[in-house]
Amino acid sequence: MPEAAQERARPGAWVRDSPWLLAAVLLVAFAILNAAIQANFFTPFSLALNVTTVLPLMLIAVGQTYVVLGGSIDLSLGAIVSLVNVVAVEIITALGTGPGAIGAGLVAGLATGLACGMLNGLIVSLFRLPPIVTTFATGVIFGGLALIVLPQAGGSLPPAYYLVYAQGFLGLTLPIWLVVLLIGGVWLVGGTRFNRHLLAVGSNRQAAFQTGLPVRRIVFASHAAAGLLAAMAALCILGVAGAGDPLMGQAFTLGSVSAVVLGGTALAGGWGGPAGSILGACILVLINNIIFFANIDFVYQSVVQSAIILAALAAGVFASRRRR
Amino acid sequence: MRVGAVLRDPAAATLIGCVLLLGVGEALAPGFAGFGQVVGQFGVAAILAIVAAGQGIVILAGREGIDLSVGSTMSLAALVAGNIMGGENAGLLPALVAALVVGGAVGLFNGLGATVLRIPPLVMTLGTAGVVTGLLVVLTQGRPSGAAAPALGAFVSRPMLLGLPGVLIAWALLAMLVETGLRRTRFGLNLYAVGSNDHAARLAGVRVATTRVLAYAACGALAGLAGFFLLGYTGAVFVGAGEQYILPSVIAVVLGGTSLAGGRGSYLGSAAGAVFLTILTAFLTTLSIAPAERQIIFGAILIGFMLVYSRE
Repeated sequence: MPEAAQERARPGAWVRDSPWLLAAVLLVAFAILNAAIQANFFTPFSLALNVTTVLPLMLIAVGQTYVVLGGSIDLSLGAIVSLVNVVAVEIITALGTGPGAIGAGLVAGLATGLACGMLNGLIVSLFRLPPIVTTFATGVIFGGLALIVLPQAGGSLPPAYYLVYAQGFLGLTLPIWLVVLLIGGVWLVGGTRFNRHLLAVGSNRQAAFQTGLPVRRIVFASHAAAGLLAAMAALCILGVAGAGDPLMGQAFTLGSVSAVVLGGTALAGGWGGPAGSILGACILVLINNIIFFANIDFVYQSVVQSAIILAALAAGVFASRRRR
Repeated sequence: MRVGAVLRDPAAATLIGCVLLLGVGEALAPGFAGFGQVVGQFGVAAILAIVAAGQGIVILAGREGIDLSVGSTMSLAALVAGNIMGGENAGLLPALVAALVVGGAVGLFNGLGATVLRIPPLVMTLGTAGVVTGLLVVLTQGRPSGAAAPALGAFVSRPMLLGLPGVLIAWALLAMLVETGLRRTRFGLNLYAVGSNDHAARLAGVRVATTRVLAYAACGALAGLAGFFLLGYTGAVFVGAGEQYILPSVIAVVLGGTSLAGGRGSYLGSAAGAVFLTILTAFLTTLSIAPAERQIIFGAILIGFMLVYSRE
């Protein structure tokens, strides 16, 4: 794409080339608004709490971004979170409460998430079924499995699990370290050939195929990565909840899609990136905060929240279209 | 048509699937395919099929068309209709008109967002769903509200003509109307043109944006109608009444052979898809399979069916 290269060389072109820019502006605006109505917003305690709240959505949104960039979508991520959540709890409970049990639970959880993502990737890439309906159907299956593993919310984790999660090390909580790791990971992936191939597949599948890119393998890998990230999110949720819940993940599927779109990534694929989705996840959590601290009557909370999200989405889409 | 050709046609295959399910169900649980049972199933399917009609129109219009707000639109239309009726037969007609108008207005909002602002339909309609659901919470304060007219309850459940309840007859008429509307009217033909190639459609003089906005408005109005009939079953309205119809409506359309890419498909297929989903649910319930296992089998059958018929 010589044209794009020329544009990038022109001064100021980076503004047009940064899908996450509007999300950053929105994030700053919402953070100021939040600080205005919540006096202790900028205290370390409150910030650490917000990081803990946003981390699971952030992880899932980053996974969703890779899937969307490759031209697919995954509506089963919420169900994967639920399944991993109950699998990890059941295994840790079954093996006792020692560090070995916790380790086994973490590994089993990650393996479960990866397997679910790989199944999605296999069906979508190998058989080329429409991803919206396929991942909805696999989501129904994963949700059913979660209900079989643990029919009702319950089970309990050894305190070591959530104490370590909350305490962390070097004075920072574990969620803060994980956010740093996630950002580092996203930055590293951004420079790889995989990332460039993913964008190529998402923007023009036919052309990517004709250039000799392993289209199926790339789409498969993006789904597998999303499954793994959803599993990490589920394990983080356990660090706060301390117990299993087979319906835990439901809200995350659509939340992750909203975060991706807020972050400036095109749902059609091929344009955008996980940095924007990380900001998008933060925006969604800040909107929740603002609604909570603004003392809005409970009855009006959901309509106000949805209207703000819809307006933010509209603004994001509108701006990214003008820049493109 | 040869046998092979029939089996490759998704709509026909879905209907054959229905018959097979009824046959196996009858063998395992005698009475499953009895007249009264089947009529009952079709009555339940009618509501899903009416939502699927709108969903199908939006999907046909292309450009990733989809409407995930049909569930909350149904609830809102039912809420307004239920409060107009207030349990009195006199309010029946105004309530029906109000349900159609409310649904159409939500659809119009979706259509304008998706075409004028060019927000991806998935996101736009999801956002609308959130706003409408929030609005329902405000209007109902979380309590069941409104009451169906007795005549509406009778219309959906009591035999009216040839042992069939009114809702089935209304659905049959609607199905003919939608199918001919798609095949014979200018709007229908424009819809296929816009869905398969909107650049070509524009060059041919079709008003692309108007056609798409109308498609969303029609989808909203049909969801409103479905909400009106749903009220006949439930009697009163609660916030999440229509929620369970959102994704099944998409799946019914896809099972019936409509391409999610737009421009290709028929209403008869979607209607067959709705009947199939309803009978499948009843089938799994009859076999007294626990809900979680039922969910897994349901998902597996969906994927199996798509593996055979929906490869892109």
